[in-house]
Amino acid sequence: MAQTREAAIVGIHEYPLRVAPGVSALQIKAASASKALEDAGISWQDVDAVYDTGSHQNIGGLGISEYLGLNPRLIDNTSVGGTSYEFQAHHAATMIASGKANVALLTYGSTAHSDRRAIGTAGATGQGSPTPFNNMEDPWGMTLISGYGMVKARHMHQYGTTNEQFAEISVATRYHAMRNPEAVKAMTALEFVGVNEITTQDVLDSRMIAWPLHLLECCMVSDGGGAVVIASKEVAKNCKKSPVWIIGGAEATKYRENGGDITVSAGAQSGPRAFEDAGVSPNEIDVLMAYDSFSITVMCLIEDLGFCKKGEGGDYVSQGILKFDQKGGPALNTDGGGLSSNHPGERGIFLLLEATRQMRGESTSQVDGAKLAVAVGNGGQLGARHATSPTILAAD
Amino acid sequence: MTLRPQPRFPEPDTEPFWEATKERNLVYQTCDNPDCTDKLIFYPRAHCNSCGGLKTTWNTSKGEGVVYTYSVVMQSRHPAFKDLGPYAVAYVDLDEGFRMMTNVINVDNPIDDIQIGMKVKLVWQEQGEGEIALPMFEPA
Ligand SMILES: [Zn+2]
Repeated sequence: MAQTREAAIVGIHEYPLRVAPGVSALQIKAASASKALEDAGISWQDVDAVYDTGSHQNIGGLGISEYLGLNPRLIDNTSVGGTSYEFQAHHAATMIASGKANVALLTYGSTAHSDRRAIGTAGATGQGSPTPFNNMEDPWGMTLISGYGMVKARHMHQYGTTNEQFAEISVATRYHAMRNPEAVKAMTALEFVGVNEITTQDVLDSRMIAWPLHLLECCMVSDGGGAVVIASKEVAKNCKKSPVWIIGGAEATKYRENGGDITVSAGAQSGPRAFEDAGVSPNEIDVLMAYDSFSITVMCLIEDLGFCKKGEGGDYVSQGILKFDQKGGPALNTDGGGLSSNHPGERGIFLLLEATRQMRGESTSQVDGAKLAVAVGNGGQLGARHATSPTILAAD
Repeated sequence: MTLRPQPRFPEPDTEPFWEATKERNLVYQTCDNPDCTDKLIFYPRAHCNSCGGLKTTWNTSKGEGVVYTYSVVMQSRHPAFKDLGPYAVAYVDLDEGFRMMTNVINVDNPIDDIQIGMKVKLVWQEQGEGEIALPMFEPA
């Protein structure tokens, strides 16, 4: 398919605080929307499409539109966990290209840290109305982290991937975090033990949370949020900054299946479709923003999007190419990722934000001459039911 | 002692599965549609998730299988689990072809004493007076 440049990211904002007591998720969304529209040079009332996951204080597209004071002609409540924002970017770009909207607003806000939500280790709450899968999973005490641990254990068994190889992902991500003042502030505010660069040995020495996942392979739980403004090419012409074009997107789901391969993510379906949509191939990509809920998530996404063959991710991440100043492959998670910068529960929006900064030349770990970026989110739970969506971005 | 999270009802898809556990039967469904290409249904549903058919048959498993993968929880904040010490959460592939989430128990050290591909067999763990016993697995 020929590449089209009909819709672009024209405004972004990442809420700076990772510990934000006394502020609500809705306030984080509104403040981020205000700053992102200012970044774009677009006025508040020009927003005509509102995208919302409905996961913030249980208000969806209708409630948030009223709260913000917008009268959109298009509302989209897509909510598929952490990758909701890649799904929404795909939808927004498609609707803008079809002429149904001109300026789309995506917002995210969360106070997961201040609410003291133990996202990874809480286990089932036994609340809310029962579902078939809750009834078939909750009694055995699977924590979210052990769900990902089962995928890592199988990856190690099936392909011989080692702990040292998984640790390379954490090491490169922390290297980038230490160059990002907001990530350093985040790790400090969240009282990380050792706000410094780390080695693979540090990762292996960190305490086991759910074998085989160590602490330094797990994302943080922070507060935070952000906003993305996506506009038509006509609107983009008059924005303050160069447009960052959305040239490709795709979506897919994957479930725990009888006899299925748990090491293969939905990215194996949506990855090739997104690259085809964009008319580019993985070896042309300069920056890879891959959802790092855990090291294993990144490993699966690298393989399934075709940056290397399935099962060879361990060798791929060990060849010294993940850092922004190394050659040989796309730089990985140059903002510091969910592991070391920002993870309030649904990290997908931050993938779009940092990919956009890279395409604008504004990253704190800027890849020289970067022209193409992939933001690939993973939502739900990798080992149970999840969705994977890559958004492919191009510099103007 | 705080109880584990229990299956909650009404939840009509999984209720027959949990009813069967009262007789110590581990059950799974197959699709009745002769043209269906993947007849195994698990977790339980009133419809076939392969063809959409609405007629299914309940079958009883022999309770023998292998560990497909597992993780050992070292830190759980849930009151029923936090004082258990390390415990193994696993997907077990039953010989009949369905994969279920469960625990692998009756091992000294779950990290070292469990292996992927290891043969396991069904064991029922009592949860206390009047509570549903849970199907779990131990080395065969
Ligand atoms: Zn069927």
